[in-house]
Amino acid sequence: MSANAAAEAARPYNYAYLDEQTKRMIRRAILKAIAIPGYQVPFASREMPMPYGWGTGGVQVTASIIGPSDVLKVIDQGSDDTTNAVSIRKFFEKTAGVAVTTATTAASIIQTRHRIPETPLGAGQVLVYQVPIPEPLRFLEPRETETRKMHALAEYGLMHVKLYEDIAKHGRIAKTYDYPVMVGGRYLMDPSPTPKFDNPKMHRSPALQLFGAGREKRIYAVPPHTDVVSLDFDDHPFEVNKFDKPCALCGATDVYLDEVILDDRGGRMFVCSDTDNCETRRADGHRGELLGNEEPRA
Amino acid sequence: MAPRVEIDGVAKSFVMHLQGGKLLPVVGNVSLEVAAGECVVLGGPSGAGKSSILKMIYGNYRVDSGHILVHAADGPVDVASASPREIIRLRKLSLGYVSQFLRAIPRVSALDLIVASAREQGLDEDKAASRARSLLQRLNVPERLWSLPPATFSGGEQQRVNIARGFVADHRVLLLDEPTASLDAVNRAAVVELIFDKKRQGVAMIGIFHDEDVRERVADRIVDVTRFAARAA
Amino acid sequence: MITDDQPLLTARGITKMYGRHVGCTDVSFDLFAGEVLAVVGESGSGKSTLLSVLSTRLEPTAGTVCYRMRDGEMRDIYRLNEAERRLLMRTDWGFVHQDAREGLRMGISAGGNVGERLMAIGSRHYGEIRATALDWLGRVEIDLARVDDAPKTFSGGMRQRLQIARNLVTQPRLVYMDEPTGGLDVSVQARLLDLLRGLVADLGLAVVIVTHDLAVARLLSHRIMVMRAGRVIETGLTDQVLDDPREPYTQLLVSSVLQV
Repeated sequence: MSANAAAEAARPYNYAYLDEQTKRMIRRAILKAIAIPGYQVPFASREMPMPYGWGTGGVQVTASIIGPSDVLKVIDQGSDDTTNAVSIRKFFEKTAGVAVTTATTAASIIQTRHRIPETPLGAGQVLVYQVPIPEPLRFLEPRETETRKMHALAEYGLMHVKLYEDIAKHGRIAKTYDYPVMVGGRYLMDPSPTPKFDNPKMHRSPALQLFGAGREKRIYAVPPHTDVVSLDFDDHPFEVNKFDKPCALCGATDVYLDEVILDDRGGRMFVCSDTDNCETRRADGHRGELLGNEEPRA
Repeated sequence: MAPRVEIDGVAKSFVMHLQGGKLLPVVGNVSLEVAAGECVVLGGPSGAGKSSILKMIYGNYRVDSGHILVHAADGPVDVASASPREIIRLRKLSLGYVSQFLRAIPRVSALDLIVASAREQGLDEDKAASRARSLLQRLNVPERLWSLPPATFSGGEQQRVNIARGFVADHRVLLLDEPTASLDAVNRAAVVELIFDKKRQGVAMIGIFHDEDVRERVADRIVDVTRFAARAA
Repeated sequence: MITDDQPLLTARGITKMYGRHVGCTDVSFDLFAGEVLAVVGESGSGKSTLLSVLSTRLEPTAGTVCYRMRDGEMRDIYRLNEAERRLLMRTDWGFVHQDAREGLRMGISAGGNVGERLMAIGSRHYGEIRATALDWLGRVEIDLARVDDAPKTFSGGMRQRLQIARNLVTQPRLVYMDEPTGGLDVSVQARLLDLLRGLVADLGLAVVIVTHDLAVARLLSHRIMVMRAGRVIETGLTDQVLDDPREPYTQLLVSSVLQV
């Protein structure tokens, strides 16, 4: 190793890993995306020190907007403590030196894979989604030239054909995640593979929602207070999934639950997918079935 | 009485390009007038051009020269120079053609075929159906066949369905291309009756009948087409 | 003012060159509402090129194609903006391909295939879309029990009938057909032709049908255009052109047909 290369290697990364030119390029894409809600803006996605599918798009968006005073929360399937969430959190602690948190209310930037926190987001917060496939029409129309034309002309009948097929086959719209939405009454958008349970949370949210797809090189956005409407039929209106039981740990009823297998004799429980929400409720004195069913005294 | 059909100076020849451009003269200088209620029968030996003359009047064959005026309710049409649209309209409303051959349409019943022909001219459903039934009866087509597609009928039955189809509508001019060929005496008589009905309604008819008996009964005039023979080129 | 005396489609001087090779040249005609025009000729005669030009799929080298829109205005179809053109193609026009796979979504159910155009123009009631789709499957004689099956499980004739239903569901006024019976068994062809004949007459469709089969032209069309080497060499009433062909080439075509 030459002396020069050694010096190079010893130098710390640029703030938040990406070089400043790249960040500017990504910020320009983000600004354009905010200006045209729901429109997929192409950007020159960079190689990141993690494989595609691990959130390279979301990481690049976060890296471009994060500053030293930000507080970052990262969730994967609602959980703060899975490998992916922990790695990304550590990545930004190391490269951007930011404070991190698991509390939704304390975060200024929340990067997410597959969930929107149960705690309503507020003005000034930014939710960054990791997106695998940004094009909602992709599996219906394989040609990119054609899907772009369809977006340009707002020709979205085909998406309803997909929903029609669902009802014809299953008697209802069976799609439970990746459920297509119309943004600002104009662009059809894939909300990334979040459960459709979360779709209503996007509608007129006071937070800024940014979407990054690293492999597909697309960024799109839902600015605060934008209409986000899930597609449906007049006689088959959009409905969120309902759960039969409350969370076994905190007793919450209006949240998204994960099924956890307890033993090999069929034992199972349903618990909050949003770990922060669950912990906060338990700290407040809520107890689910497994912990003795209690409610805090008023 | 004003003529319904006026044919003036019509000539026709075929150029057979596949036989080195051989010119086959058919008729020359055909001139003929037919009045309302009149039945003119074309006579002459086979090959003299009788059938070609009918086909020219119907617009099925082109005309080299001359005029063929057919007086429709809304004015005369010169078939010799009319556009395809005008000819289609003329055929639909004013000009009928009855041959002995039925171009059967698969899966359409005999009755519906005839009703459709009447409906084309704007007759209402009930009237068209009752006329169709009465025609099939008069032409002795067994009732059990009415609801079946004629493709499987015998030649004579198909022929009578076709005659009913040609006679059901109120065309002002009818071209009859051997409609009675190979019919038995009873059915020949039925067709003769139909022709008389049309005469009473003031329909102008031009026909070819090989059967001498029928020809004598229906013809107001017999025109020998050999007098229109084309001079060999 | 809309009257039947105004053509629905006018083509003037249509020429399409592929480099120095002639696709079709100087083709002009008018098509009126409810009129069926057959374009016949051998492979390479330019009939398919002409159909592509007429249907906005291939911009002509010279000439214009004008269409009378539903509001009565004649518009040059190559001056419509893309949104207008695409809307026209999926509402007021239809296109029946020889290969049904080009005109259908093979993985989508029959009902979805028929309903797509409705959803594309804003239908958002599942029950109504499905009822309309079933009605059309009935009209093209497809067993209603197959409504949820994808056309990849259908026979060639069924696929072609489904393609027709998919096109007609928005009640277009003009339908282009490219050899719609080509590649089908003779008995299947007969049934399809019969169905087409009935639908065209009942709905008063204007049709431009490209075919090399004179029997198809005779059964379906009012008028015929014979093409050879990119040019229209003979045109007229269908039975007139077929029974009294004038041009040497047309005489050859007609005499080449097997009589049965």
